[in-house]
Amino acid sequence: MNAEGFPGAVRLAEIIFVISGLTVLAGALLAVMAHRIIRSVCGLALCCIGLAGLYAFLQSPFLALMQILIYVGAVCITIVFAVMLAEPDEPGEPHTGQGGGLWLPCALLICAVVGWALATLAVKTPWVEPAVRTSDGSLKAIGMALLTTHSLAFEVVSVVLLVAIVGALAIAHGGRGVAR
Amino acid sequence: MTLPLFERPAIYLILAVALLVIGIFGFLRRRTLIGMLIAGEILFMAASLNVMALNRFFAPEPASGQIFVLLIMGLAAGEVAIGLSIIIAVYRNYRSIRTRDLTELKG
Repeated sequence: MNAEGFPGAVRLAEIIFVISGLTVLAGALLAVMAHRIIRSVCGLALCCIGLAGLYAFLQSPFLALMQILIYVGAVCITIVFAVMLAEPDEPGEPHTGQGGGLWLPCALLICAVVGWALATLAVKTPWVEPAVRTSDGSLKAIGMALLTTHSLAFEVVSVVLLVAIVGALAIAHGGRGVAR
Repeated sequence: MTLPLFERPAIYLILAVALLVIGIFGFLRRRTLIGMLIAGEILFMAASLNVMALNRFFAPEPASGQIFVLLIMGLAAGEVAIGLSIIIAVYRNYRSIRTRDLTELKG
């Protein structure tokens, strides 16, 4: 992001960056901790919007646009439809049965270990900056690479999406009429 | 003069780790299928943010990481479509999408 315009521009960009990061964290926490599923979906949308801001700071405004378009526009709306069709509110009763009272310490322990290990790895690793960059990462470069270097992956993903559409239709249609 | 905050790769990487941890915690905590699906989306976003950060700062070809993240988004959208249709089918048959009620395959 070019911040050479006027004095204080870097400070302003830093403030926006911090807001984006906090939006991501708050949205993710809301998505995970909320009791009602619909609030959880709103948290997911908030998280996606913050992540789009981070993508803009990472010099890829195209991906920021796609993030909002696909996640907020498609994924969250689809989940909202599923919430309307089923009644997925979290059950209020606590975990019972095998290891009933132990799940929260176990979950926190797993998260702490994974988070500490990966954060240490990310900070301690001596990352090497590349000597040269072969393209500027612009939208034109993305389009060229998508249709030349990565054309096979592009086609395979389109086939996967087609299979997903047909499979979703088949699964959702199969149970119709036999609902109890 | 030190680098501004948004030019430091460590911050992005640690944010991605935080997203991953939150996603894992949600996956363990949630007891309905839709909740677990949402936690899975957060895991996808953690992976995307990690790839994008490394792509921006340490990759010699900045376009390939963006394409990778685009493909992740496409796969996540397909996963949501399939997952939600399975959830709808399960709800039709069981009248519930709590994971505790779906234990027919349990030995």
